[in-house]
Amino acid sequence: MDGKSYCEYVSKTAPRTSELKTLLAAFAIGGLICMIGEGFSDLYAFLLPEAEESVRGSLTSATMIFFGALFTGFGIYDKIGGVAGAGSIVPITGFANSIASPAMEFRREGIIFGLMAKMFVIAGPVIVTGIVSSVIVGVIYRIIAIV
Amino acid sequence: MEWQEYLIKYGKVFLVGGAVCLIGQILINRTKMTSARILVTFLLLGVALEAFGVFKYIKEWGGAGITAPITGFGALLAKGAVEGSRISLFHAVTFGLSNVSAGLTAAIVCGFFVALIFKPKPKKL
Repeated sequence: MDGKSYCEYVSKTAPRTSELKTLLAAFAIGGLICMIGEGFSDLYAFLLPEAEESVRGSLTSATMIFFGALFTGFGIYDKIGGVAGAGSIVPITGFANSIASPAMEFRREGIIFGLMAKMFVIAGPVIVTGIVSSVIVGVIYRIIAIV
Repeated sequence: MEWQEYLIKYGKVFLVGGAVCLIGQILINRTKMTSARILVTFLLLGVALEAFGVFKYIKEWGGAGITAPITGFGALLAKGAVEGSRISLFHAVTFGLSNVSAGLTAAIVCGFFVALIFKPKPKKL
């Protein structure tokens, strides 16, 4: 059997979840996680009415990230991810999961070259993209501001 | 706020957040994108929405539905850059990262301690 027909064979016989099911799960769980985020945002608005909006926003995302990492530690987040797909990847908790999960996995290869290096396997590209694109946006807006 | 208003507000958050994740799932199903590519794509989407001034309108309607996904992270980066650009080139270049410093610090510190404390579960095949 050559490579191409093998790939066809695998895609035919591999267990398949119906596409509709994955879409519904992503929508429902993703929406639910965002509602929890809104809940923390309201909670901080109630607890810290004096604080600036940007401070409350930062606290909210830090809280979501904390729980994303914690549930990754308990092994719960990956179980949710098996059902939710993008519903668990796209929220900021998924970003926390993408750091905590490889960090845990590679802990046995040592603290420095395992945990600390491998925690950026997925987050590294995200951080680099984010910083580079924000610098590009900043420079373009600065040029517009001067001209 | 009355409870009906809360219901509507949280319903909107659910709809927008769900829709963002639904788009992500369609991308995964159709293109077999990995989670790193999904995160990068939605981060760039957030940067673009903020840079073109569209993000605040979605945020007004959908609240955490657009800010809790990684799009919110990208929007914060771009917002910092735009705000900094009004001051000087130095601020235009550095304010993006300052704006997300809380989230980034939380992610790295929480990830570090979680990995120190918890043992990974054996993966079932």
